[in-house]
Amino acid sequence: MAKILVPVKRVPDYEMKVKIAPEGNAIKTDSIKWIVNPFDEIAVEEAVRIKEAGSDVEVVVVSIGPEGTSEQLRTALAMGADRAIQVITDAEIDSDCAHRILAAIYQQDDYQLVIMGKQSIDSDANQTGQLLAAKLGLPQATFASKLEVSGDWTSAKVTREVDGGLETISVTLPAIVTTDLRLNEPRYPSLPGIVKAKKKPMDVVELSSLGVEVSPKVRVLAMEPPAARSAGIKVESVAALVDKLKNEAKVI
Amino acid sequence: MAEYSFALSEEQRLIQESARKFADNEIWPAAPAFDRSGDFPRDLILKAYELGFVNQLIPEALGGAGLSNLDTALVVEELASGCAGITTSCVANDLALIPIVIAGSDEQKKRFVKDIIAARKFASFCLSEPGAGSDVAGLSCKLEKVDGGYKLNGAKQWITNGGVADQYTVFCTMDKELRHKGICCVVVPADAEGVSHGPHEDKLGQRASNTTTVNFDNVFVPESSRIGKEGEGFVIAMETLDITRPLTGVIAVGIARRALECALSYACQRKQFGKAIAEFQGIQFILADAATEIDAARLLTLRAAWMRDNGINNSLQSSMAKRFAADTAMKVTTDAVQVYGGYGYTKDYPVEKLMRDAKLLQIYEGTSQIQRVVIARELVKAAAAKES
Ligand SMILES: Cc1cc2nc3c(=O)[nH]c(=O)nc-3n(C[C@H](O)[C@H](O)[C@H](O)COP(=O)(O)OP(=O)(O)OC[C@H]3O[C@@H](n4cnc5c(N)ncnc54)[C@H](O)[C@@H]3O)c2cc1C
Repeated sequence: MAKILVPVKRVPDYEMKVKIAPEGNAIKTDSIKWIVNPFDEIAVEEAVRIKEAGSDVEVVVVSIGPEGTSEQLRTALAMGADRAIQVITDAEIDSDCAHRILAAIYQQDDYQLVIMGKQSIDSDANQTGQLLAAKLGLPQATFASKLEVSGDWTSAKVTREVDGGLETISVTLPAIVTTDLRLNEPRYPSLPGIVKAKKKPMDVVELSSLGVEVSPKVRVLAMEPPAARSAGIKVESVAALVDKLKNEAKVI
Repeated sequence: MAEYSFALSEEQRLIQESARKFADNEIWPAAPAFDRSGDFPRDLILKAYELGFVNQLIPEALGGAGLSNLDTALVVEELASGCAGITTSCVANDLALIPIVIAGSDEQKKRFVKDIIAARKFASFCLSEPGAGSDVAGLSCKLEKVDGGYKLNGAKQWITNGGVADQYTVFCTMDKELRHKGICCVVVPADAEGVSHGPHEDKLGQRASNTTTVNFDNVFVPESSRIGKEGEGFVIAMETLDITRPLTGVIAVGIARRALECALSYACQRKQFGKAIAEFQGIQFILADAATEIDAARLLTLRAAWMRDNGINNSLQSSMAKRFAADTAMKVTTDAVQVYGGYGYTKDYPVEKLMRDAKLLQIYEGTSQIQRVVIARELVKAAAAKES
C-alpha cells in the first residue's frame, strides 16, 4: 500500500478582517476563525482523488500547532483522508521549524509522496516544501497544476505553473509536490464524511518527543495593515470620466 | 442527558461550516434565477443530496446522514440562509421518509427508504387536501379494501416536490366518519397506474420549491405498501410533524438571519443626511430588535430539537419555536425591506425575495394560528392535570 503524507496548516479565515495585536508584530488571535490553508485543502483533495481513483493508498494528514488545530485535521479527515497526526505546540513555527518537524514525521513511516500547499496564506513564505525536499534529499515539483502518479508508484508526472506557461516534468518517487490554485477544486466535506471522520484515528505527538529543536530563524519585527483606500469620486459625465482616465489615472 | 450547554462540539462546528459554505457558494448565487423562473433546481439539489444535505435525519444504515435533530437544525439554518425554497425541497424528502422510518417494517424501510436514497430519488409527503388543511383529521382521500390490498382515490393539494417525486407517502381514510381513527398511511410509486400530478403552482415565494397537486384515480395499493396498522396513519403523521416542526422553525431563522445580514451591510453603506443610515437611531432599533428576536427564535428551535433528541415530549416547545420563528422571519424580512427603502422593493436587491419566502413559514406545517391552538391546548392540559 502506498502512503501519501499531506501537511495541513491552520490559518485565519481569509474572509475575516484581521487586526494587529498591540505588540505590533502579530495579528490578534482571540476572535479569529481558523480554516485549513486553502492550498493545503487542494493538497488533501488531490491525495483523496488519487486514492479514489482506485489505487491502494493511505492518506495521512499532519498538522503542527496548538491543541485546537485538531479541527482542521478533522476537516481533512471528513474530506476523505484516512488518519491524522497532530503535533501539538504553542511555539512560534516558521518555515524552517516546520520543515524540520515534517521531516521527522516523514521519517517515522514509509511514504511514497508528500503533497503540500505551495504556501500558506498567512505568512506567504513559499519555502516549506522546498526546504523539506532539500532536507530529505528528495525531488521536488512545485506549483503543480496537474499530477499523475505512475501505476507502480515509482514516478510522477507533474505539470507546473511557471512564468508565462506550463512545464511538465517527471520526478522519481518519493517526492515532494506543492500545489497551485488550479490543481483541483476541493470538495465540501459531506455530512456522512464528517460523521465518519469522528471515528478515524488521530495520533497526538508531543513536539518534544520528535527531538527537533524549534528556534525560529525568522523573527517578525512589525506588521502594518494595507493603506486605507481613499474614497472614490462620482463624475458628472462620460466626457469627465474619459478626461480623468486620460489625464489623472493616465490609463488610456 | 447533556447538562445545560450552549457550546457546539467540534463535529457540529464542522457540519455547520460545511453547510454554510455550500449555502454561500452554491445556493445563494443560484437562488435569484430559480426564484424568477420557478424551475426545479434539480442539479443543485442532487449536489446537496451527494453531500448529505438531503435525508439528514434518516439513519446511516438506510443511506441517510444519521444526524441528530439538533445537528440537522444547525445544517438547515445554513441552507435556508441560501434559499428557503431550495431548502424546503431538500427537507421534503426527510418529511416523506420519516413515516416509513418510524412505522415501517424492515422490508419496507429497505424498499421505500434505502433503495430510494441509493438511487438519489425524491419522495413527497401527501397529507393536505383541497378541503383539508389545518383540519388534518377531516381528510377524505379514500382507501377501500379490495382483493390483495386497497384501492386509493382522491386528491392531495400543495405537495412539495409533487411534480418531481418518484414516490408518495399518502395519508388517506378508510372511513371519513371515524376522523383521525380512520386514517392510514400508504406508500405509492409515482409511476403506478392512476397516479398523476398537476402543474407547478405559481407561488408568491419559495418559488424554486416544486409544489403541485397529486391525484389518485383507482390506484391499486398492495397490502405490503401500508405503513403501520390500519387506522394508525394519523398518529404516524403527527409524530412525523413533531420531528420536522423545529426544522421548519430553523428555515425561518435562516431567512431572518440573511435578511438582517443584508440590512446591516446596506445600512452601513447607504448615506442620507450626510451619514450612514446605520447611525440613525430609528434604523438602529430595527436592527437591534431583529438581532435579538432571531437569536430567541434560534434558541427556541434548537431547544425543541434537543428535547426530541433526548426523548422528551416537545409538542409545546416545538409549536412555540415554529410559531415564533415564522412570525420573526416575517417581521425581520419586512423590516429589512424598510431599511433598504425603495431599493428593497425591487428585484435588484435580495430582501424582497426573503420577505416573500418568509410568508410561507407562517402557513405550512401548521399555520401560526394552529401553533397557538396547540400551545394553548398543551398549557390548559398541564394546568388541568395540576388541578385534579
Ligand atoms: C408551498 C406549500 C407547500 C406545502 N407543502 C406541503 C407538503 O409537502 N405536504 C402537505 O401535506 N402539505 C403541504 N402544504 C400544505 C400546508 O401544510 C397547508 O397549506 C396548511 O396546513 C394550511 O392549510 P390550508 O392551506 O388548507 O389553510 P386552512 O386550513 O384553510 O386555513 C386558512 C386560515 O384559517 C386559519 N385557521 C384554520 N383553522 C383554524 C383554527 N382552528 N383556529 C384559528 N385559525 C384557523 C389558518 O390559520 C389560516 O389562516 C404546503 C403548503 C404550501 C403553501
